[in-house]
Amino acid sequence: MNGPLRIAVVYPDLLGTYGDGGNGLILARRAGWRGRPTELLQASSDGALPDADVYCLGGGEDGPQVRAARALAADGTLAKRVAGGAVVLAVCAGFQIVGRTFPGADGTAHEGLGLLDVDTVKGTGPRAVGEVVADFVGLQGLPVLTGFENHGGRTTLAEGTAPLGTVSVGVGNGDGSGHEGAVCGRVVGTYLHGPVLARNPALADLLLRWALGEQQLEPLDDAGAEDLRAERLGNAKRHRRLLRRAS
Amino acid sequence: MVLVTGTNGKTTTTRLVTVALGAHHDEVVSNETGSNMPPGHVAALVGNHAPKAVLEVDESYLPRVLTATSAEAVVLLNLSRDQLDRTNEVRMVAGRWRAALAAAPRAQVIANADDPLVVWGAGAARSVHWVGAGLRWRLDAVGCPSCEGRIAFAEGTWSCQDCGFTRPEPEASLVLHGTGSALGVWSDGRTLPIRLVLPGRFNEANALMAAVAAEACGVTAADALAAMGEVDHVAGRFTVRAFGDTRARLMLAKNPAGWDELLELVSMGDAPLVVSINARTADGTDPSWLWDVPYERLDGRSVVATGDRFRDLSERLRYAGVAHRTEPDPQRAVLVAADGSEAVVDVIGNYTAFHDLLAAPS
Repeated sequence: MNGPLRIAVVYPDLLGTYGDGGNGLILARRAGWRGRPTELLQASSDGALPDADVYCLGGGEDGPQVRAARALAADGTLAKRVAGGAVVLAVCAGFQIVGRTFPGADGTAHEGLGLLDVDTVKGTGPRAVGEVVADFVGLQGLPVLTGFENHGGRTTLAEGTAPLGTVSVGVGNGDGSGHEGAVCGRVVGTYLHGPVLARNPALADLLLRWALGEQQLEPLDDAGAEDLRAERLGNAKRHRRLLRRAS
Repeated sequence: MVLVTGTNGKTTTTRLVTVALGAHHDEVVSNETGSNMPPGHVAALVGNHAPKAVLEVDESYLPRVLTATSAEAVVLLNLSRDQLDRTNEVRMVAGRWRAALAAAPRAQVIANADDPLVVWGAGAARSVHWVGAGLRWRLDAVGCPSCEGRIAFAEGTWSCQDCGFTRPEPEASLVLHGTGSALGVWSDGRTLPIRLVLPGRFNEANALMAAVAAEACGVTAADALAAMGEVDHVAGRFTVRAFGDTRARLMLAKNPAGWDELLELVSMGDAPLVVSINARTADGTDPSWLWDVPYERLDGRSVVATGDRFRDLSERLRYAGVAHRTEPDPQRAVLVAADGSEAVVDVIGNYTAFHDLLAAPS
């Protein structure tokens, strides 16, 4: 590729409520540590969305989410760049925005960007809040997915759209399918915070390989991240055992 | 009765208002332990016949407590993200404040004019004393609470670019003079120095809010500020205590806005720093918010990561480029940080991490 790898955190002023901006930082650092020239852009909603190789969208509140979807549709850059092969990691409200439809604060359906063939409605039960463990389905060869979900949406995948994973702990998409997230081409949607790439460095490196067009990346010293994963996965398993005993 | 609420500074401001009112009243009752939900209020009030009460109120409980108490003054400090797994979106909280205060015409409201969400929450009340108390953390205030347009901040003011919702003119403002002490400047021409033992710009802002609240209750701001100047710690915050031979200054920061303020404060010194993070129920069980805290500012400091979730913190510091050590046990972490030196270690913990260290036997 020509020039530095450009990673854009999309609208941190609207979609920056749940710490997901960390995903952009993590990608930039992991590329930088391997000597790849990298630019990390914080793309505020009051300007044009810059051209980038990777776009990270995060969670946000209902009102700002609607505003972000409208601004991205009007701007047009994201859809254009995705058609050109850009990588997207969209979390929670961001996941819903890159889908076809999503609910506003009052439940009214709003139009998303349609980068993933998924539809989200407001759930009727309690919010899905807690640790999630999922096995990767849509992306092969990755170790188990760990994160923290906090959402009230129920997301259904259209026929032919792959889930990112299937949950063994937690709710995930919440439509009864056991699915978590969705993936289509280089667009990945998930409900998981943590941020998800801090908890799952292998996913971070897969996105980087896509963006850099490389088959392999030099390994990094991820001992701390492995410790964190082991702690979280152990905690979730204990929690699942307790739930089973209680039911 | 005075109610004090907001995301950050409630416990300290409650204490400051209590001290300020105590200057003229024999007895003021307060929920000083920080139990800020209705059971804590009942425990503080039952069997107590003090003529005045000052209650710290959890931001989600303000409407209920206001209805139950018919308080005559309500202090609204600020609103930002905190414990997102437990609480509602901050915009929703502001909307509930607005409805509750509109239905409480007796209450005088003392509100931070620099926080758009607070201004929205106070905006339908009959009587509001606006205070220019400042707002460092603005990331939760960009979306207009009135029209969902965009709030633009300029030097000393803000307004919505779409609907004209704008900063009200305050009757008292915090004015800073370089590194010297702060001033409270009133629109009626008074200027009063704010001299506190408590450190930090945020505490000067809390004191100004408390002074305006005291005045609404019949105590002059000058008398109120004089009384507040004596307060040297509040519910353990900024207490210096010993762990073995090592002394540590204990500080509490439980969300990005609070961290932003405290990082500013500790960056003025170069003491070794311990950061302790838990994610128990009272903390919020998702520590993703660590990634909203500008820990990059700690680059070059001696830092030890500890607490139940030291591994999450350690990864955050790694990506922030902050070299650090890890020690799962918080008390041992203080000793590791001091490394045998005489230095007083700065310790910042979130809610339960702070309280564990405060309560630990020495």
